[in-house]
Amino acid sequence: MAKKKIIVVGGGLSGLMATMKICEAGGEVDLFSYCPVKRSHSLCAQGGINACMNTKGENDSIWEHFDDTVYGGDFLADQGAVKGMVEAAPKLIKMFDRMGVPFTRTAEGVLDLRNFGGQKNKRTCFAGSTTGQQLLYALDEQVRKWEVNGAVKKYEFWEFIKVIKNKEGVCRGIVAQNMNSMEIKAFRADTTILATGGPGMVFGRCTASTICNGSAVSAVYQQGAYLGNIEFIQIHPTAIPGTDKNRLMSEACRGEGGRVWTYKDGQPWYFLEEMYPAYGNLVPRDVASRAIYDVCVNQGLGVNGENRVYLDLSHIDGHYLERKLGGILEMYSEFVGDDPRKVPMQIYPSVHYSMGGIWVDAKHNTNIPGLMASGECDYQYHGANRLGANSLLSAAYSGTVSGPEAMRWAKEGDRGSELTDEDLAKAQQACVDEFEAILKMDGEENAHELHHELGDVMNKYVTIVRVNKELDYCYDEVKKILKRWDNIGVSDKGHWANQEAMFVRQLRNMIVYAMAVTKAARMRDESRGAHYKPEFPERDDERFLKTTIVEFDAATSDAKISYIDFDHSQIKPRPRNYAVAKKEDK
Amino acid sequence: MADQNKKTVTFIIERQDSPTSAPYTEEFEVAYRPALNVVAALMEIQKNPVTKSGKKTTPVVWECNCLEKVCGACMMVINGKARQACAALIDQLQQPIRLAPARTFPVIRDLLIDRAVMFESLKRIQGWVNVDGTWEVKDAPIQNPYTAQTAYEISHCMTCGCCMEACPNVGPQSDFIGPAPTVQAHLFNLHPLGKFDKETRLNALMEKGGITSCGNSQNCVEACPKSIKLTTYLAQLNRDVNKQAIKNIFNN
Repeated sequence: MAKKKIIVVGGGLSGLMATMKICEAGGEVDLFSYCPVKRSHSLCAQGGINACMNTKGENDSIWEHFDDTVYGGDFLADQGAVKGMVEAAPKLIKMFDRMGVPFTRTAEGVLDLRNFGGQKNKRTCFAGSTTGQQLLYALDEQVRKWEVNGAVKKYEFWEFIKVIKNKEGVCRGIVAQNMNSMEIKAFRADTTILATGGPGMVFGRCTASTICNGSAVSAVYQQGAYLGNIEFIQIHPTAIPGTDKNRLMSEACRGEGGRVWTYKDGQPWYFLEEMYPAYGNLVPRDVASRAIYDVCVNQGLGVNGENRVYLDLSHIDGHYLERKLGGILEMYSEFVGDDPRKVPMQIYPSVHYSMGGIWVDAKHNTNIPGLMASGECDYQYHGANRLGANSLLSAAYSGTVSGPEAMRWAKEGDRGSELTDEDLAKAQQACVDEFEAILKMDGEENAHELHHELGDVMNKYVTIVRVNKELDYCYDEVKKILKRWDNIGVSDKGHWANQEAMFVRQLRNMIVYAMAVTKAARMRDESRGAHYKPEFPERDDERFLKTTIVEFDAATSDAKISYIDFDHSQIKPRPRNYAVAKKEDK
Repeated sequence: MADQNKKTVTFIIERQDSPTSAPYTEEFEVAYRPALNVVAALMEIQKNPVTKSGKKTTPVVWECNCLEKVCGACMMVINGKARQACAALIDQLQQPIRLAPARTFPVIRDLLIDRAVMFESLKRIQGWVNVDGTWEVKDAPIQNPYTAQTAYEISHCMTCGCCMEACPNVGPQSDFIGPAPTVQAHLFNLHPLGKFDKETRLNALMEKGGITSCGNSQNCVEACPKSIKLTTYLAQLNRDVNKQAIKNIFNN
């Protein structure tokens, strides 16, 4: 029997984990990525990966990790999925350890653990302050071994364009484009997994890599895939504001004792410690970001009148900082010019992560049969707010679910008819026509300027504070930008490494993605996790303890919103308040 | 006159339309702003691809991802030195700023280069720990924290290629696989499970283009943006390879 062929799009932590699982199950993988997989955005994760190792004498438990995650996510995460993830976490850490991830160790040589936001126990394994880089490299190495064994064929510098469905509506392949030769080609697959990461670039400046544009997610959304909880965008409280990007300053800074403050009446005001005595500087990200916003924007107490507050490590021993946080302190010195060991850093919240994404079932199948999603591009594990150091965990864990399920589907799934050569040629030609049309675009708008405007409007209206009237305005503005996309002029008309034309195609997908986020935010009239509406300051479980589903309306490009139930059977929803110690209703 | 005081930054960029076409230069002017870096300046050129003399042109092509000096993508030659463009701050560069592709590697277009050879070399040195699988086996072995810290340092290598560009022995005149992939062998030799395959890796480094092709010019350690002590580990590997060679003689 021929080997099962799985296409994995995206070579970050989730895509590589899925790839390994598929290889181990005897499948073959065509691995598509914009970039050499070793340069995927997973490597930007800094602070660590959560797992209940319980090696610090704190009686940590998997249940506590479960409860922290669900509580941190304001009860919107699928509890069955979260349970599976936290149970697998310690095993995943041991696997990474065997693979050679250079985790930071204690004097006796076992993995060290640090504190992180929204968790009282030390539960975060880390490799200095470059944990994502180290985890990604380990899987990159393992997948290279499978490549040598012949089970993996890498298509690096290939961009995913769309999926191909057969006449029964089952995904049976993809169309992709070589980013150098501009060749557009259709590929067959028994199952396709998207592991394409987050949509940061939809917001312009953010902490994400330039490759995190949500374009692939938007493409399959426009082909009928549902999006889930797409309005939940994490704003990380501590980033270095920049004009090209906001550079992340890890939550590990606070985990290792960093304090957030600003001047009030001439005195340092440690406002997080004052507002949230139980958790202090280690409140979850949505809470910290709102507090910093309030202090700067509403109270006008930002440093030097600007939207900045201090993140202070200068009271901590320099050698300790070097060992635990070396990489990012060097980054701050390099990009800002100040030494954080000596002076407090200046930071402000920034768009960072998407809790929402493509809707998937418990096994990571989308509503399009044969198409799966895992990693940040899925919606599954974080509810309304993700806890720090749970993203590397969900990325790796989701790959351990999607990989084997992709093989199961390839063997037993109801896949319908094979794609004929004619089907492939047709799908390919449609993408070629679309690309040639982009090359001919001769309007007045510059795609990069238009992208800048999109980012500005999304940052202004769909981040920390959301107001219905403004969301309506924003939706109209984004729709106008979509219209203006038609009037783009392309200066590069060539068929060799034409980054401009590819960006134009991505931009359209980003605009459509932005509309989905904005509409979903508009419709959810409550405050929950990262989604905060002053008009509706309370969580409304009666109406909104539900997963948002967004469907694409092909006729108008509008986003259609509905809500479905999800699994919240194990931990009963209770009020979320980080001013006091967390207590579970039993 | 505010306009006259408006500071600008001048770039002279070496461009090339395809792998086989001749290079040429174009000059660009970008508005200055504090903390501007080379990638951010290239992004400004994308928004308005017009040369200093007012000629409309195509946007400059280059590779970048993270802009935090951790992905390794945006390596190029800036004022004669191979480095990451995202961390090259305009304030610290002499103007006009000259950008060129790292020609140790084949040029694809403009500043975009093909570094596939580095990833291929990682296959040759067997740059991985031979785990049985992703499944649960048992607890991973305890590790000496000092050794682990050395491993952590080497594991920062982002395959950017600065050391390859700086090394006089990497290029068409030599078959040397270069400092970065060579030193990665040491990383896996340090790991308690990875060291089971140490002999295989050392034997691979004895072959053509391996460590004997290192001319000890010590340029690599200066060029490494991650401050990896490349020459120290090359020396260590050299000793290990020599010991292995003697062992091989006695075993044959």
